[in-house]
Amino acid sequence: MVPFNILVAVCLCYVGLLFAVAWAAERRAAKGRARWLRSPAIYTLSLSIYCTAWTFYGAVGYAARSGLEFLTIYLGPSLVMVGWWWFLRKLVRIGRSQRVTSIADLISSRYGKSNLLGVIVTLIAVVAATPYIALQLQSVTLSFAVFASGAPIGWGLTDQGATALWVAGGLAIFTILFGTRNLDANERHHGVVTAIALEAVVKLVALLAVGIFVVWGVAGSWGEVFARIDASPIADWSLKPDRWIGLTMVSAAAVLTLPRMFQVMVVENSDERHLATASWAFPLYLMLMSLFVVPIAVVGLSVLPPGANPDLFVLTLPLAFDQGKLAMLAFLGGFSSATSMVIVAAIALATMVSNHVVVPLWLALREGGARAPGDVRGIVLMSRRVSIAAILALGYTYYRLSGGSAALAAIGLIAFVGVAQILPAMIGAIFWRGATGRGAALGLVTGFLVWLYTLYLPSFGEEGLLSHAVLTEGPLGLAWLRPQALFGSEALDPLLHAVFWSLSLNTATFIAGSLLSFPTPLERLQGLAFVNVFDHAPGQGGWSRGGAEAEDLLAMSQGILGAEEAQEFFRAEAARQGRAGFLPDTTPEFIERLERRLAGSVGSATAHAMIAQFAVGAAVSAQDLMAVASEAQQIMEYSAQLEAKSAELARTARQLRDANEKLTELSVQKDAFLSQISHELRTPMTSIRAFSEILMDEDLPGEMRKKYAGIIQDEATRLTGLLNDLLDLSVLENRKVQLNLRVANLYDLIERALQSAGSTRPERSFIIHRDMASEHLPVITDTDRLVQVFINLISNARKYCDADRPELWIKVRRKANRIEVDFVDNGSGIAKKSQTLIFEKFARLTDTSRAGGAGLGLAICREIMVNLGGSVAYLPGQGGAAFRVTLPVRKAAGAAA
Amino acid sequence: MSRKPRPLFLERRSYRRRRLADAARVLPMLGLVLILVPILWLPAATPEPDTGRGGVYLFAVWFVLILAAFGLSRVLPAEDDTKPDEEEG
Repeated sequence: MVPFNILVAVCLCYVGLLFAVAWAAERRAAKGRARWLRSPAIYTLSLSIYCTAWTFYGAVGYAARSGLEFLTIYLGPSLVMVGWWWFLRKLVRIGRSQRVTSIADLISSRYGKSNLLGVIVTLIAVVAATPYIALQLQSVTLSFAVFASGAPIGWGLTDQGATALWVAGGLAIFTILFGTRNLDANERHHGVVTAIALEAVVKLVALLAVGIFVVWGVAGSWGEVFARIDASPIADWSLKPDRWIGLTMVSAAAVLTLPRMFQVMVVENSDERHLATASWAFPLYLMLMSLFVVPIAVVGLSVLPPGANPDLFVLTLPLAFDQGKLAMLAFLGGFSSATSMVIVAAIALATMVSNHVVVPLWLALREGGARAPGDVRGIVLMSRRVSIAAILALGYTYYRLSGGSAALAAIGLIAFVGVAQILPAMIGAIFWRGATGRGAALGLVTGFLVWLYTLYLPSFGEEGLLSHAVLTEGPLGLAWLRPQALFGSEALDPLLHAVFWSLSLNTATFIAGSLLSFPTPLERLQGLAFVNVFDHAPGQGGWSRGGAEAEDLLAMSQGILGAEEAQEFFRAEAARQGRAGFLPDTTPEFIERLERRLAGSVGSATAHAMIAQFAVGAAVSAQDLMAVASEAQQIMEYSAQLEAKSAELARTARQLRDANEKLTELSVQKDAFLSQISHELRTPMTSIRAFSEILMDEDLPGEMRKKYAGIIQDEATRLTGLLNDLLDLSVLENRKVQLNLRVANLYDLIERALQSAGSTRPERSFIIHRDMASEHLPVITDTDRLVQVFINLISNARKYCDADRPELWIKVRRKANRIEVDFVDNGSGIAKKSQTLIFEKFARLTDTSRAGGAGLGLAICREIMVNLGGSVAYLPGQGGAAFRVTLPVRKAAGAAA
Repeated sequence: MSRKPRPLFLERRSYRRRRLADAARVLPMLGLVLILVPILWLPAATPEPDTGRGGVYLFAVWFVLILAAFGLSRVLPAEDDTKPDEEEG
């Protein structure tokens, strides 16, 4: 039997050792020799705060009552760790890249740095953790009592309050000393983490030692242990499938959402690779912790008197066999489990409380807000210290009020379900970009309230906070609102009932709220940064140059980070921009980095709010950015439209210019033609006048008279021809020509045209190439007019072809219901610039008189063909002048009318 | 968001690494299934005591999971050699 005094002395020595270890670790870290402090082993061991006194003592009690069901509490987290690649890896990466300080900060930062969400999560965490802390105090008190009483008896010893107060006080001092040394949550609490790692080793060794003693010392061998299991009250494994599944899920959720687990797993993580080690090492730790639980339970049940409290078997078994030293070790193990949990939980909760409740309140209440000079750092640190003390005081008060009731034993699971309410918002935060802050707030509040109503309040027992009447008949006699049978679901186990309703309503409102609401721009930016954290998402941006003065920012940062550290940060930033001194340009990048740095100390919401106070004038909020972006988008669209219009205008202008050039040229041509036609008209008129004057002479011999009259007639005929042409053209242009449609063979028409055109410059011998066979095509058209066109084209060739041995090809083709007739000669053709002019009236390419015509031929041809429903066009690039006449096989009647 | 064009096929090593990541994702699900298997036994309904057998089974599953996780953690790339485009395999 260990005397109580010695126990207290050993206990104090152990505490002293913890202080020393923490202090030494801080010293080493301060000197930069902390490599081994950041090893994966330390990281894994620090995760072991999952195993609290509830595990150390409670697991055996749990096993003694419900058999193997206790394993779910450790299998769930093992699955989460084994599946690190899915979830934890992303969570840790986000935590590091966003400098997340707590789980409340994670949720708040993801959903638009909303402080409201931070407050909600903080509230859930504190409400859920307070009884849990009370449970730890109780377990330490109880274990003291076991020794103090001198006899192994169970719960409910008198005068435990004093012990609990001493423990709570001591823990507060330790936590304040080592947990609030620095402000930046991302600068690991080396002292605390190292002390916790040591405690993790102690509790594992202690439980293993007790287990080994029980298996080989008491039972003798594993075979004997199995025999005892088969003979024990828990031999038959009464597995309840719903509880089995539900508890595995809840514990898996809790390992992610418990504030203390988040603290050691994400916030204190110094290297992502540690996660790979922890993925197998932490499950191994849990397995070793669970390995001897059932043997201890069954041996305890068989050896100890029936009234013994199974929750204390770990202590009472060694004591029953008079193994004082082993009992002492077991006591230290339980002490370690309880204290490490309380320390980390207090740090995590204090960070949340100070960052999301105290500092925002203080900033809001203070005159001048963040701009007022002041020692924010001092305030934050003080608020953390006070929060730690307050949280422990809360736990202690809870412990005193509940009076160590047996209900505390179940509080572990109740707390698990409480913090599991954060899970939907957390999963949404890192996997679903559509999750919105409003949805998250709705889900969290719903889940929290349902949990309070269905599990937390009823856990105080029938005479606790809810009256017997409410529990059995529902509030106001509404049976369907009974806390443990919502909507008539009575068949469910109360715990699962709460799990089912709280988490399903939570998830449903979260998803519905997210689907129905619209996220703010900042939320969308943060959602992108979180969900696509592996894609190296671009910075959140949102700050513009100017507005914030570097000097003001430095003054504020000094208040938060401490003068030395802030100056070092600013100097480094200035150097990064290639400047000397302490004042960098307040570029958006710099402000963003500063915000992140501050977020590591006071949380993202507060940091954002503080920076916003400085950059308020010129800072572009994300909203503004989006507005600008959409404006720019509109401007771009508008300018694209303008561009299209101006291109169209340019096209039109070009067409106009072309038309104008043509007009000008035509005008010149017309002037030329007028002088030409005047000349053409005057020449015959002059000769007619002269010869008619001569004819007036009566002495003229008859022979002469006859000759001169002939000349006058010829000249008059020429004049008439010219005037006929002009008239003809005018009629054709006005579409008033009377068409005489007839059926004819194209061959005959070309033959006629060739004969008629032969009279033009008959002195030139012309070689005509024809393909007779292809010419035998029937056409229905005005044959005389068509022949007129052919004659014109052929005689033009005869007139203007300048080849030495002029040749003419006539090619006929039928295409569908159209016929093409090409006239190609081997002359030099028509210059490109004249090709558009030749069909105009009065056009005349050569001013040589040999043409003899008035330049109306082709214009008449064109008009005729238009009247016949076809066309005539110049074909460039045929090696000479080439014209293509296109006409329909059958002239549509009436079209020319 | 515009997506970068990605190569259609990967070289053997990247391919192998992605399949390892797949395995790491499958492992917890496999573990969950194995842990839920005892439900099918209906241990509450069987006449003979099975806490012992059940315990051995669960610890065996646990141990296998730990071994598998150990193996994967040795070969899986940690931290930064995971290129962004390897995330969606």
